[in-house]
Amino acid sequence: MGLFTFRGGAQVPHSKERTEKKPIVNCPPPEAVFLSMRQHIGAPAKVVVQPGEEVLKGQVIGQAGGFVSAHIHSSVSGTVKKIHNMKVMGVDTTVVEISNDGNETWHESVKKIGDVADLTKEEIRKGLAESGIVGMGGAGFPLHVKLSPPPEKVIDTFIINGAECEPYLTTDHRLMLEGTEGILLGARFVMKALGVDSCYIAVEDNKPDAIDALKNAVKGDNAFQVVSVRTKYPQGAEKQLINAITKREVPSGGLPMDVGCVVSNIATVYAVGEYFEKGIPLIERVCTVTGSGVNEPVNLRIKNGTKLSHLISTAGGLSEDAVKVILGGPMMGNAVDSLDIASTKTTGGLLVLNEEDARIPEPTACMRCGRCSDVCPVFLQPAYISFYTLQGNLARAEKYHPLDCIECGSCSFICPAKRPLVHSIRVAKRQILENRKKS
Amino acid sequence: MELLQATSSPHIRAPETTTGVMRDVLIALLPTTAVGLYNFGLNAGLLVILCVASSVLFEYVYQKMMKQTVSVNDLSAAVTGLILALNLPSNAPLWIAPIGSFFAIIIVKQLFGGLGQNFMNPAMGARVFLVVSYPTIMTRFVDPITDAISQATPLAIIKTAEVGGAELFNQLPSLKDSFLGFIPGTIGETSTIALLIGLIYLLVRKIITWHIPVIYIGGVFGLTFLLNGFDVSMSLYSVIAGGVFLGGIFMLTDYATSPMNRTGQIIYAFGAALITVLIRVFGGYNEGVMFSVLLMNMLTPMIEHYTAPRVFGTEKRRAN
Repeated sequence: MGLFTFRGGAQVPHSKERTEKKPIVNCPPPEAVFLSMRQHIGAPAKVVVQPGEEVLKGQVIGQAGGFVSAHIHSSVSGTVKKIHNMKVMGVDTTVVEISNDGNETWHESVKKIGDVADLTKEEIRKGLAESGIVGMGGAGFPLHVKLSPPPEKVIDTFIINGAECEPYLTTDHRLMLEGTEGILLGARFVMKALGVDSCYIAVEDNKPDAIDALKNAVKGDNAFQVVSVRTKYPQGAEKQLINAITKREVPSGGLPMDVGCVVSNIATVYAVGEYFEKGIPLIERVCTVTGSGVNEPVNLRIKNGTKLSHLISTAGGLSEDAVKVILGGPMMGNAVDSLDIASTKTTGGLLVLNEEDARIPEPTACMRCGRCSDVCPVFLQPAYISFYTLQGNLARAEKYHPLDCIECGSCSFICPAKRPLVHSIRVAKRQILENRKKS
Repeated sequence: MELLQATSSPHIRAPETTTGVMRDVLIALLPTTAVGLYNFGLNAGLLVILCVASSVLFEYVYQKMMKQTVSVNDLSAAVTGLILALNLPSNAPLWIAPIGSFFAIIIVKQLFGGLGQNFMNPAMGARVFLVVSYPTIMTRFVDPITDAISQATPLAIIKTAEVGGAELFNQLPSLKDSFLGFIPGTIGETSTIALLIGLIYLLVRKIITWHIPVIYIGGVFGLTFLLNGFDVSMSLYSVIAGGVFLGGIFMLTDYATSPMNRTGQIIYAFGAALITVLIRVFGGYNEGVMFSVLLMNMLTPMIEHYTAPRVFGTEKRRAN
């Protein structure tokens, strides 16, 4: 069987060697956690605690603000110190600060929910709505919503995404090695909720140890099919992964369920297992703190709401020449200008680059080499979108379908002239959407 | 911390640069340049040096005068200069070098906006300009074996022989000499083997894909075979004895003037092959590479328009 893959994409340096062999360790508990009410796509959660109130670990402190939303639970036991209204990365956000009493006292709600055989489809979905679990691969889409497709959308394929194609990050990799059983456990609940009886676990072939571990664990179990996918960026992008495995194409502007698929990240599925087996809601996750800008790169199990500064000091602190801190990986992560912000449910990586690694060369003239078109996984022509956007000719740029861009960054990465292609496509997308709202 | 840089993703870049691409093209041109110098000696060497130097100088002076960022370090002007030299007859007077370079760099490249913006290949544009302006100089070649000067390139011999002098076929150099490059022609076009080495280098370094050169060269061979009497050896001469390899590998593939998508490249290369053969078979001219390159250059925007790639998750190609 040939390797599964998609058309387009780029060979990016893996840069995973700093942490891929390091087991996950618990991050020392911070003195306080800062829990944002915006950790997911959809309506922000509503604060349901008051300053001064005692809270326990696993207790709901933010109630889902609608159907497409998710609860926020306290990741420590302690006292609600303050409720901040602040801007986090440019967005107005309510943040609940809870000082940690260090006792790790569990809330009474935290107990085994049930076995997969005993729960119905509806009970699993309802449970997930209480669990606060959202897509942990980056988008943060509430899981119970993803698993409740409208009746006309028949789901026949469930894919667990262990591609981890972002350079530097190794959280899914470590979880596949150390939490293999937990992943399979969680997967069974998701499969039951979806009404499918098998699933794929897709892993890039640069992680042979993870593939072996999974294959050993599922031996003799026909419900699971472990597939190696070619190591190529962005193999883990949802639509590209679906295409690699099923040859189906999610329609432009559509969702995976339009082609009968649901994709969940490894960490998300693992969290499902933790919830039903132990009743632990989504209050911690694994995060790789790495890069040339930290002294001791490490895979940490972190409490939701941990300040980035705490994570970095746990990783041996910043090196002297550290200049850039990125939430996530180098291809799609967001650079932050402050370490005073806290981790969320989707913080799977914290990458710190030193001066040399962070250097972005000055852009020069486009020579029309076409490499950006070659690597684009959705077959756009980034050079043209960028060219017309920079000219201010938005109407012309729109004819090149910028709204289909998944912002994977392959075009900017590959460009020999170092042009900020995906950046200008983002600008085009934002302006087009704004114009549409106005009219 | 105020030191943190907050730029947008991606935060890493591939090592390849424009300069690196141009350097690879220069390296790929070295074998044919070397054969040209071996064949044609001092005057050819001086033309190469003058073309490269004057191309770089014109670009530098123009960008200085226009108060633009000087970009001669990207080596693109050097590439244009070298390709122009390889398109000159070895016995051309030295003053023709700066004239050709001026036309290539200033008129064709810079006046249209510089690197990537020109609508035709600068070196090819300059060659046509020189052929039209100085027809005698540009169509007399040295035979590297006899050192005689004549207009009788292998393709010219074939053309004349077809009109009415079958005995002229005896004057044709052997296919072997044509392949190795010991035939009359411009400095850089004669040696098929040297150009092939350059092509392999470009493919290995992933500077170009095989589509344009293979379809063009194969197309000229196949169409000549079909339209000119099903003669294998004449069809072979048609690709190895003129400018087909130099044009197909180094000029038709010019990024700025060829389509960026694969389908477009295939149509473009085949179109160039068709024009080359039509000129040769039905026209009075025994070459045709340069006009086919320029004509297809001009069709590139239209080809790209109609061959825009199908966007992922949509049914059909949608012209932009």
